Amino acid sequence: MSEHHHDHDHDHSELSETELRVRALETILTEKGYVEPAALDAIIQAYETKIGPHNGARVVAKAWTDPAFKKALLEDGSKAIGTLGHVSRVGDHLVVVENTPARHNMVVCTLCSCYPWEMLGLPPVWYKAAPYRSRAVKDPRGVLADFDVSLPKDMEIRVWDSTAETRFLVLPMRPAGTEGWSEEQLAELVTRDSMIGTGFPRTPGAPS
Amino acid sequence: MNGVHDMGGMDGFGKVEPEPNEPMFHEEWESRVLAMVRAMGAAGAFNIDTSRFYRETIPPHVYLSSSYYKKWFLGLEEMLIEKGYLTREEVAAGHAMQPAKALKHGKFDLTQVERIMVRGKFARPAPAPAKFNIGDRVRAKNIHPATHTRLPRYVRGHVGVVELNHGCHVFPDSAAMELGENPQWLYTVVFEGRDLWGEDGDPTLKVSIDAFEPYLDPT
Repeated sequence: MSEHHHDHDHDHSELSETELRVRALETILTEKGYVEPAALDAIIQAYETKIGPHNGARVVAKAWTDPAFKKALLEDGSKAIGTLGHVSRVGDHLVVVENTPARHNMVVCTLCSCYPWEMLGLPPVWYKAAPYRSRAVKDPRGVLADFDVSLPKDMEIRVWDSTAETRFLVLPMRPAGTEGWSEEQLAELVTRDSMIGTGFPRTPGAPS
Repeated sequence: MNGVHDMGGMDGFGKVEPEPNEPMFHEEWESRVLAMVRAMGAAGAFNIDTSRFYRETIPPHVYLSSSYYKKWFLGLEEMLIEKGYLTREEVAAGHAMQPAKALKHGKFDLTQVERIMVRGKFARPAPAPAKFNIGDRVRAKNIHPATHTRLPRYVRGHVGVVELNHGCHVFPDSAAMELGENPQWLYTVVFEGRDLWGEDGDPTLKVSIDAFEPYLDPT
């Protein structure tokens, strides 16, 4: 492992104890022949480079421009995404849920942190933390307010609690003013949060 | 188990605080923990449900005061000790002292990395026809197992509607306890917000869970 220095405002004694314990565990697993440290490096590198919200953004942009793909995507997310060679491989049981003028979708995992890694990358800290996990199913509009997002008063809000090995991806509504845009241009508008349901896509001309 | 991990509907945790330009890892050790969990799971030391159960059994005050990857670390260390892959003496010494226990899928080396970047498959052949149809009204059972379950407390006893049938999947309640895969039908069941949270609840809210057939009764 490389040398690392941090200046975050964490409790420093607690942090270094954890760091020591993690190193000790890796040493033991390596000495016992369970894992190869280079393979751990490779896992980390793969997460850092191969997955991320750009994968989900391409799927959304494709759905916005290709009605047949959108139909297939809503019927069987994993199968439809599997037909796109340029998107990283997706696991089974991905369910894509569509936002409409009448319904907004939002995804949570109240029990742990289930999240569509292949589409969105590793989840942000807030997604895994108690405030979001506790409130999303009871007061989603309050949660959205924490993101400076508000919905029309009478719009249905549907919260999907990921309690099994199904994974959920929100298909946000295509922003107005994007007629004639290419898939690549549209993908630039698709934010991670818009695919979790805690945000909207960028609007044309807004800073990215 | 009725643990503190089962957070749906709890109050008092405060605002959601998104971090602008959040890094993938805040400390390097977090990435090592992630990699060790993925590697040892892929090597066959445990399944995903068992690893979740070990995180749930972290004492509540520790669970609530630990970061996400700290919980992963605590769960991993305890699980590997209890499953016989290492000993407390080794953990205290920081070195291997005992012979290794054989891993079901062997050592996790570089050739294994590619296969773990896609999620495992959890669908299984159906042992019996599905009991419920799309549109059926079902009641989430009022059960309180002390072991692992994926039926959150906030829906127990409430009536919802079957919206999707995902086929038969590995049953986490069995798999977590290493009692076999025991495949069960899995449904998306949707509840009215006011049925869950009372008259003061958001009238526009619907909440769904994915529920295994043993969690549900017909109404």
